[in-house]
Amino acid sequence: MELTINGTKYQVDIELDTPLLWVLRDELGMTGTKYGCGLAQCGACTVLIDGQATRSCVTPMESVAGSEIMTIEAITEDPVGQKVVEAWVSNQVPQCGYCQSGQVMAATALLKESPQPTDDEIAGAMVNLCRCGTYNAIAAAVRHAAQS
Amino acid sequence: MLGQTMNDMTPVASEIMTSENGKPFKLSRRGFLGASLGALVLGVTLPAGRAGAQAAAASVTPGTRVGAFLEIRSDSTVLFRSPFIEGGQGIFTAMAQIVGEELDIDPTQFVIEGAPPGPDYLLTGGGRFTGGSMSVRMSYDTMRRLGASARQMLLQAASARLGVPVSELSTEPGRVVHAASGHTISYGEIANAAAELPVPTDVVLRSRADFRWIGKPVARLDVRDKSTGKAQYTIDLTVDGMLYAAVQHSPRLGGEPDALVNEADVRGMTGVHSVHRLPGAVAVVANSWWRARMAVEALQVTWTDVAPQTAHAMPANFSTEAHMAKLKATTGDGVVFETEGDAAGALAGAHRVIEATYDAPYLAHGQLEPPSALARWNDDGSLELWIPNQAPEMFQADAAKVAGIAPEEVIIHSPMLGGFFGRHFLYQTANPYPQAILLAKAVGRPIKLLWSREEEFLRDTLRPMAAVRFRAGLDSNGMPVALSAVSVGEGPTGRWFGRRPDKVDSSAVEGIAGKVYKIPNRRVGQIHVDDPAIIGFWRSVGHSMNDFFYETFFDEMADAGQQDPYELRHRLLADSPRQRTLLEEVADLSRGWKRGPFTAEDGTRRARGVAMASPFGSEVATVAEVSLQQGQIVVHDVWVAIDPGSIVNPAVIEAQVNSAVALGLSSALLEEVVYVDGMPQARNYDAYPILTPDRMPRVHVRIVESGAPMGGIGEPGLPGVPPAVANAVSVLAGRRVRRLPLSKLDRKGVDG
Repeated sequence: MELTINGTKYQVDIELDTPLLWVLRDELGMTGTKYGCGLAQCGACTVLIDGQATRSCVTPMESVAGSEIMTIEAITEDPVGQKVVEAWVSNQVPQCGYCQSGQVMAATALLKESPQPTDDEIAGAMVNLCRCGTYNAIAAAVRHAAQS
Repeated sequence: MLGQTMNDMTPVASEIMTSENGKPFKLSRRGFLGASLGALVLGVTLPAGRAGAQAAAASVTPGTRVGAFLEIRSDSTVLFRSPFIEGGQGIFTAMAQIVGEELDIDPTQFVIEGAPPGPDYLLTGGGRFTGGSMSVRMSYDTMRRLGASARQMLLQAASARLGVPVSELSTEPGRVVHAASGHTISYGEIANAAAELPVPTDVVLRSRADFRWIGKPVARLDVRDKSTGKAQYTIDLTVDGMLYAAVQHSPRLGGEPDALVNEADVRGMTGVHSVHRLPGAVAVVANSWWRARMAVEALQVTWTDVAPQTAHAMPANFSTEAHMAKLKATTGDGVVFETEGDAAGALAGAHRVIEATYDAPYLAHGQLEPPSALARWNDDGSLELWIPNQAPEMFQADAAKVAGIAPEEVIIHSPMLGGFFGRHFLYQTANPYPQAILLAKAVGRPIKLLWSREEEFLRDTLRPMAAVRFRAGLDSNGMPVALSAVSVGEGPTGRWFGRRPDKVDSSAVEGIAGKVYKIPNRRVGQIHVDDPAIIGFWRSVGHSMNDFFYETFFDEMADAGQQDPYELRHRLLADSPRQRTLLEEVADLSRGWKRGPFTAEDGTRRARGVAMASPFGSEVATVAEVSLQQGQIVVHDVWVAIDPGSIVNPAVIEAQVNSAVALGLSSALLEEVVYVDGMPQARNYDAYPILTPDRMPRVHVRIVESGAPMGGIGEPGLPGVPPAVANAVSVLAGRRVRRLPLSKLDRKGVDG
């Protein structure tokens, strides 16, 4: 079947119920999207499906046929994504960094939906786990990106 | 006397040679040769032959051979091989700051990778670990000298090139300057010539007043790559021709695969290459990891019972509840670790004696990158491994045993770690790479093995559980005159690096011992009870629970003596100015000590708790402000004053303290590994909750540079958090909290 990822069409001929995460990582070599739990618990695998933050580890490939899929690999080509990345850098958010692809994608989805989010909206959208505990830096960076 | 081995992992390093894992290991010289043969390597050239290299290695003083660490490229950027592995703690940036300061190259010009195994990198007490909050404090002087030596060699090369004496030359970042003629030469232009020169033995280091990067909040080198998905972890790596592998482990350690009931069906599944039996596990190799995982989980395996003499086999009837009951029921005073005065006598003569038993559960590491290993057998018979690890030489030695080849035939790559917190030491059954080695051999192709999160929860090493019995004697003024503590359990250092029955493993008591309060009669003892689980190092190790035990019991002493817990600490630190100052600093940072309960501006009823800790060579004072809302503990603010003696990067320290607060709070509030029938009940984050963003408090950090010998940073922020929070909760709840996690606390009737 055909998938549209970061504006490019890919032909992927594997089992249709394969989670999108593994299509990205192992079939297409896009390893910026991370595996953390496989149960939509941690959010390390967050991508945008038609602009919505989505956990790709529980998203069957067949369910996103015809959708626009955006991954961290294209983040700086997106104006909102670019803003988020710069805020992430200036706030020095990442520590180990493993969850941060998903965090950046979640923040990008939030700011696309709500360019000036309230603190409650930030709390509601930024729910991915970070074992390094960068949560305060993440919230600060989202506010920073909204203001920039 | 204070415990002689407190607060660091020096016993780990010094006991490597007798390790049950390491055996006496031979160090690979391959890494050094690789470094010294590069085109633009700055450093001495070694004989290329293996025998020659080994002879040379015997006389290596770690951290002195410039060429093993530095490659200055023609564009004057620097490749630096770090003895320490980056896993979020900011060590690569710290190395760039320290070396760059003396070498006179801006830290942003550094490209850093984890060094291969080799004698040059054994900078932590004769061994090499990224752990114990040791990296900067144990290499700081050596790395400065290394940078200064390289700069001196560049000056000498420039002197020869320009035909002027070294005394007329100076440097600016990345280049040598001859002020009299106005000539400049970039480092890249003279790197080859400099590499031919001997490494100087006496170099002058920059004075502290002239530091441009050390002590400054230099931006981390890896932040942009980590914000754009470009940073690569072991899980992300591929090599040509590789296949993917997934495993299913025996539900209890020690069981072996017996019948594979539906093996033929599984072999026929799409993409499956082969099915394998491994020690304690089965594996499927396939052309994608998802297919391998689906297949191995479809495999119906019967597991053998455990052979009676199997080391660390998990008993089928093991439960954490029963083991905790056993720890608590174990009586006696144990082997003494620390003693001062006459604790027994003072307790007997005390005006009042209080006693309490505390306990803490197993914890999982829960780092977000699941363990993986990439293994490739090369045509020359060597084995190449890309593995998450905190100790390359130890992994090399062990991999060689698994592979049946010499250590120097094992090439170790140490990628960035997606969190570690103690997860990636050499833990035998908790490391996936032995399986990857065997599978790669069996299929004749490179193998990338990844453990699912569920397999990780099954085989992760655990922070040990422990129980501690305290007795304190108070005089008629309510002042503590005696304190006795007996810790029951097993420490991870003894498990992995050898334990003598007549000697206490410091990792079991650190944080109960090593306290500086002036209590004239003290005794800390330990009773060893074998822990049936595979225990390991967890961020701040023994301190992660022992400071909780001690500092919450301290508040019990204060309450029993009708004293404010802050004031009592302050009085008992009268002879410890460094700690007393830090206590005052955290009070100031939190705008004055108040215990509460008090009503906050938002109407909530709140209280504060305070705790001190002396972990890993640093001193820490912590205050937490807490309320109880709808039965849930809410931690609003955590204030941390930390004195690591002197510092390299205040921004990294603030980030590490934030991180330690988050992990400490996560353990205090939520985390507990529960075993029933020899099996962990949680196999993913759904049943093992970790701290979520909505429960993260504001964190306020004050760094105090007392000028004491440099201490650690990665771990010290953690131990004070659970007791500070528990002490505040006790005020609100009106009764003491003596076990973790606090989610187990029955809070009926105590909602604020």
